Formats: sequence, C-alpha cells, structure tokens
Amino acid sequence: MNAQEPALQRLIDHVRTAAHARAPLAIRGGGTKDFYGQAPLGEPLDMTPFAGIPSYEPTELVVTARAGTPLDELEAALAQKGQCLPFEPPHFGARTTVGGMVAAGLSGPARAAAGAVRDYVLGATLLDGRGEVLSFGGQVMKNVAGYDVSRLLAGSLGTLGVILEVSLKVLPVAPATATVRFAADAAGAIRMLNEWGARPLPIHASAWSGDTLTVRLSGARAAVEAAGVALGGEVVEPAAAASFWRALRDQSGGFFAEARDALASGAALWRVAVPSTTPPLALAGTSLVEWGGAQRWLVSRAPAQEVRGAAARAGGHATLFRAEDKSAGVFTPLAGPLERIHRQLKASFDPQGIFNPGRLYPGL
Amino acid sequence: MKAPPRSESERLAAAEQRSRRRAQVVAALSADVPAHALLWQPEDTIPYECDGLTAYRQQPLVVVLPETEAQVAAILRTCHRLEVPVVARGAGTGLSGGALPHEQGVTLSLAKFNRILDLDPFARTARVQCGVRNLAISEAAAPHRLYYAPDPSSQIACTIGGNVAENSGGVHCLKYGLTIHNVLKARGFTVEGEPVEFGSAALDSAGLDLLALIVGSEGMLAVITEVTVKLIPMPQLARCIMASFADIRHAGDAVANVIAAGIIPAGLEMMDKPMTAAVEAFVHAGYDLDAAAILLCESDGTPEEVEEEIGRMVDVLRASGAHGIQVSEDEPQRLKFWSGRKNAFPASGRISPDYMCMDSTIPRKRLADILIAIAQMETKYGLRCANVFHAGDGNLHPLILFDANDPDQLDRCERFGAEILEESVRLGGTVTGEHGVGVEKLSSMCVQFSPAELEQMRGLKRAFDAKELLNPGKVVPTLQRCAEYGKMHVRRGLLPFANLPRF
Repeated sequence: MNAQEPALQRLIDHVRTAAHARAPLAIRGGGTKDFYGQAPLGEPLDMTPFAGIPSYEPTELVVTARAGTPLDELEAALAQKGQCLPFEPPHFGARTTVGGMVAAGLSGPARAAAGAVRDYVLGATLLDGRGEVLSFGGQVMKNVAGYDVSRLLAGSLGTLGVILEVSLKVLPVAPATATVRFAADAAGAIRMLNEWGARPLPIHASAWSGDTLTVRLSGARAAVEAAGVALGGEVVEPAAAASFWRALRDQSGGFFAEARDALASGAALWRVAVPSTTPPLALAGTSLVEWGGAQRWLVSRAPAQEVRGAAARAGGHATLFRAEDKSAGVFTPLAGPLERIHRQLKASFDPQGIFNPGRLYPGL
Repeated sequence: MKAPPRSESERLAAAEQRSRRRAQVVAALSADVPAHALLWQPEDTIPYECDGLTAYRQQPLVVVLPETEAQVAAILRTCHRLEVPVVARGAGTGLSGGALPHEQGVTLSLAKFNRILDLDPFARTARVQCGVRNLAISEAAAPHRLYYAPDPSSQIACTIGGNVAENSGGVHCLKYGLTIHNVLKARGFTVEGEPVEFGSAALDSAGLDLLALIVGSEGMLAVITEVTVKLIPMPQLARCIMASFADIRHAGDAVANVIAAGIIPAGLEMMDKPMTAAVEAFVHAGYDLDAAAILLCESDGTPEEVEEEIGRMVDVLRASGAHGIQVSEDEPQRLKFWSGRKNAFPASGRISPDYMCMDSTIPRKRLADILIAIAQMETKYGLRCANVFHAGDGNLHPLILFDANDPDQLDRCERFGAEILEESVRLGGTVTGEHGVGVEKLSSMCVQFSPAELEQMRGLKRAFDAKELLNPGKVVPTLQRCAEYGKMHVRRGLLPFANLPRF
C-alpha cells in the first residue's frame, strides 16, 4: 500500500482533521449493518472508494482485499478458483463490504464447523487515531510476530481504527454437500446435534425452528454419502437447500421475516451465544437454534435483564441484535478488568476517541 | 542491551543491591506462599535459568511455585506493589527465550497447576489447568474417541499454558488450526492480581475479542491459569504418503499442486536431504537418503474418504515429479513415517553439539528461493543447516548446527539466523510462525515492523499492564534497540513513511 495514493491520502487527511478537532467519524462501507450496535454517530467516513483485490493467490490460500470491496465481488473472485470464505459471512444487502464484514465480525451457518471471521483473518492494515498507517499480521498462515492485532479487529465495530485492507485465509469449496431434515423439538434437536458432534461426521451447519431440524453435510463425496446414510432424515432437494441456507445466512426469510414484523410491534431480536449443550432457554418468545446449539436467536418481549440473566447462567452472553429500543445496551455490559482493558485499548489506538464512538459500548 | 558494570566496585554495589532486593521480595512473598514454594538460593534457581533456547541464560531473583489460584493472585499483588517483574513459566520447552528469567524479577512457575478439572464428552470440551501437558489432554479424551487437535512436536512435555502463550501449531494445523482456533476460554489474573476471563464457554464473548490477543501474547498481557479447549472426534482412519523428490523445486511445486487440486491434507511436511540423513540415523524409518527432499502427506477421515484423497494426492505428487512414493499400510507404519519428522530436533542434537532452530514463515511458493539463499548463507557463515518445513502452511524450521563453546560459532550462528529471518520478511513472510519472538527475535522485529507499529504494540501492552511488569523486555523491541541494530524495516510493499518521527 502506497501512502501517496490519492484515495488513501484522502482518508489519512480526513482522520487527521477529525482527530485534531476531536470530531467523531462514523466509518461506513455499504451501510448494510447500520442497524447493528448502537446508532452510528458522527460524520460518515465513506470507505467504498477504497476498494479492490490487490492480491489473490489460490495456491497460497490467501486473498488480500481492501475494505471497500463489495463482498459479492470478493466471493465471485474466489468462486472462480473453486474457493470460498469458509465462515459464510452474512450479506445484509448487496452493498455489504469486506471491511464491514470484518468490523462486524459476524459469521454464518457454518461457523460452528468452520470457524469465525477472526479465525480466517491473517493480517490487516489500519489507519489509527493519529492518522498513521499500521500493518499487523501478514499473508501467511502462521505468524506470531508481535500481538495479533489483526484478529482483534474482527468484531471491533470500527472502534479501534479504520480497517484499510485485510488478508484472509480461504479454502477450497467442498466437493459435495447434502441437506437433510428431521422432526424434532428444541431439546431433542440440541441433544441430537451434540451427540453427532462427537462422531466424525461432516456436519457443516444446522438450524432448528418450529418443529424441524435441518442439517447440512459438506465434505468429500464419500464422507457426505456415508453420513447421509448414517443419519437418515428426509433429503432436501439441492436448489431448495441452497436457498434455505442462503436465507438463513442473510436473515432474509422464514423466522427472520417474522421477526421483522414482531420488531415493528415492540419485540426484540436477540442473539444468545451459549455452550452448545445448554437446554432450551426458559424465555418467552420464538427461537431458532444454530451452530450445533451454540447460537440461539430469540424474538421476545422479555426484559433485557431476563434474557441476559439466562444467557449468563448458561455461561454465555446475549446481544440485542435488532430492536427499535436499544436503551438496554446492545452488547452484554462489561465489568471489572475487562471494562478497564477495553477503555485503555481504545485509548491506545484512538486517543481522541473519534472512531465510531459508542457503537460498541457507551464511552468506547 | 544492558551495559555491564564498568568497575569492580560498581559490580559489587550492583550485587549488593540485588541481594537486598531479593531479601525484600522473599520477605514479602513469604506472606503469600509457604516456605517450600519459594526458591532463591542460586543452586535452587539454576534449573530455571533458561528455557528451550539454552543459548540465553539468566538466574532469576526468586522462583515461586504457587499451588492455588489464590496464591497466584497474592503473588501478583505483591509483585505489583513492589514493582517486581514477573515471568510466567510452564514446562520451559519454549524455543525463543520467552520464559528467560528477568535479573530483577520473579519467575512464576505454574508447574503445579497440572490437573484436568473437567472433561465433558457431550459438550466436547476440556477445562484444564495451565500446567497440563498438551498430550495429556488427548490421552484423557481418547476413551471418548475425542482429542485436542494442535500437536506441536514437543507435545509430550509442553503445557497448554505455554501453547496459549505461543499460539502453538503442529503438523496438522493446516486442516485443524492453531491454538487460537481450538481454545474457547482462558482464565487467569491481571498483572494487578485480579481474576479475569477471556473468551467464554460459548463460541464468542461480548466486546472486543481479547482472547485473540491473549493467545500468542507470550505472557506479556496476563497470567493464565486455566484453559478451556475444544475436543474433536478422532478421524476413523489416517494414512500417510511418503514421497521422494530429486529436486527441491519439484517438491515445492508438488505442495502448491496438491492445494491447487482443492485438497487440504491433514498434514503436509517436508525435510531436506541433510535433515533426512540426521533423522534416519536416529529413528531408522527407511527414508530415501538420496532424495533432495522428502514430503509427508497425510489424509484422514472415513475409510472411503481417505482412499479417495490418497488416490488424488498420489496422482498429483507423481505428476509433480515424485520418484518414490510409499503409502502407509497400517498405523505402525504411519507412525514410523512421522517418527523422523517428529524427532527432527533431537536428531539434530545428535549430529552437532548445539543447534539453533529458526521459525520463519514464507509464502509457500518462495520455498525454493529461501532454501537456495540458506545454502549460500551456509558458505558465508561456515556453518551447516538442516531444514524441516511445515510445507502446508509455509512455516520453515532451519536448524543451524554449531558449537556453543566456540564464541565465534555462536556469533556466526546468530548472524546466520538473523539473515534467514530478514530474507523471510523480504520474501513476504514473518520472523516467527509458532515459536514466538521471546528475546531471540527482538532485533528481527525491527525489520518486520515500523516504529509506529512497534509503538502501537507497546501501547497495547500498557492497556493490560501499565507498569510493564509482565515478562518485560520480550516481544516488542525498544526503538532505541532498533536504532542500534541499524536495519530499517524492509516489509514488502509498504514504504517507510517520510513523515514518521525517526527515533
């Protein structure tokens, strides 16, 4: 990356001016996740002009993309070489960008099997709150030179700096995939998924809602065929299966469409992360269980304290994913040393507090 | 580096001051732990003077061996109050001097934290104390047909706490990931002695992903006493291909071709000719001694899946120029294939009084370039070098053979090693793939990172440890040290900025 490049120079100037004036900047890609976290505050810093794929080496399993690159474009480039982003990032609209994907740190249905965004971040270049361009990590699989700042950026919601460019590990698309369905209640589905998880089966994604458990198998042809026989269930036709998983990933149909309607009348959509073996949560509302039981979506009118209490008792946490009223805080509040470390980390990257203030936590 | 005291009287004064400080620290820690948990007589602290990197030695002021978390908290509170550096230590198998004691510091040995607290086969997790050995976790999980995936070569001795500190990998990490990908939660204490948890028993936790920072932080940010790891089902079957190549370039191309064919092998390792000769003499595995390079290529999964994948890999390896191919027929034979690779370090110890193991990562396609450069350096520095390579993920371990009793050889060895690291950075890689920076690669960090980047890392440390008492002097070099080292950072592509303050 060349600091003299006009697109980068404009970003640097913008950040320096804002830092000087202590004026908040709302870092923005496609704006498809404006709903996530607390409302963006400050002058928008448009990242979409800072786009492109400077390097992609299929045999190295590494791609480097600029923050403003549309996720569609990156995925199309990978697909041409039979590769993919294994964490299946959601597209909450056609304008979703690579920078937004990393900053939000959200992963899709394959997360429990394949890992999260952060697991695939190999390196990042960012613009800190002083307007310095800093690079951490690199374009290689194994790298322990210094602190792993690039992985820290995944899910930081832009509070530490402007992500300029990221290098990601990519993998080949699995040769075979199949989707099967089972009738099950929530407790039964959670039990089945955890039992299967202890067996060497190519389970790649799972979703339970209503009274149906849907499971995706993915891997070598022989392994997928053998697992299909071992598990049984009703086979879902490939085209229908593909659209089911895509809608789940992008929260565009079924459970999530109904959730949107409930939102308009005052309910909230919660993302509850718990250990996969946690029994169904005793909370009012409708739910969808993903990630082998480790991610529970909940549409509910229950008070935030109740939802967070149930999550905490199970050893997890609850995020107010979509809601009209976010006064209860979007993310589970931090206390003690974690809260202090967050504040001090923020100050070390962004001493004037200009990047996405309050988006993650008040005062951060 | 610290300047040695100039005169005899200064040396005496420094020794006296250190002895007074020791008395003060011992007295304070006596309130925190029983007498048998405190070591401070030189003959008792000698075993702690180095880790696996034996070329660097330093006796600590005091060694303390707590047995409970409450004692760890109390020790940290005391050290924080007295502003005494604290160096946490596991099994001492680290290869970069990460557990090298601090002259004025306490070495906190966590060896007694060696219990597996909970193993849940249904949830497929194990909650273990930091001093539990890596292999002990898989052994405990084996009756459930589960195991802990990262398998560094030192796994019979190294501890999970050390693995977390270094983000250790192993020979299977291309497919199964590094420590970071297999750890859910790390519990421990801040430098002030407050209990803290990073990550959670769920797949993520609220706020910034601090677990991602803690893993690989070399004991600089917190003291970890308990780790929750993921366990995964054992594959039904694993088979290994051993392929010989007459030309190291062909072996490098074969690695790229396997991956281009859409295959992610469970393990993909390479040894060069000198290394093959050394390990064959040690383990008698039947390696091809005439080959320029040996490639070990493993497939695991269901029997059908393995057969399919082995077939595809054999085709690719042949097409890439392999002249000898053997596929393991059973488990003993598979383990025999691996025995040499797993024993590369002890085998090197047999053919040379000492060796220094380097640990850079390069883009795989630059393998031949770096090996040719290393061959030239062997002539330049008058020392031999044998190479093992985690070919799947580009992590190269050149072992430079030397005699530490000859100060000139040690000096040449260090310069040889530094040049390998600089060449790796120039080729687009990194100075350490899995062994950590420790003290060994401090100067090389100046080559890989700009002053502003190093300054940010220092700021990050201070966010956890404002007084810089946890393992001070490791990982992040001072800008002064970089100036003295005299080599500017050379990272590809990103030119040094004209407007940066220069030291």
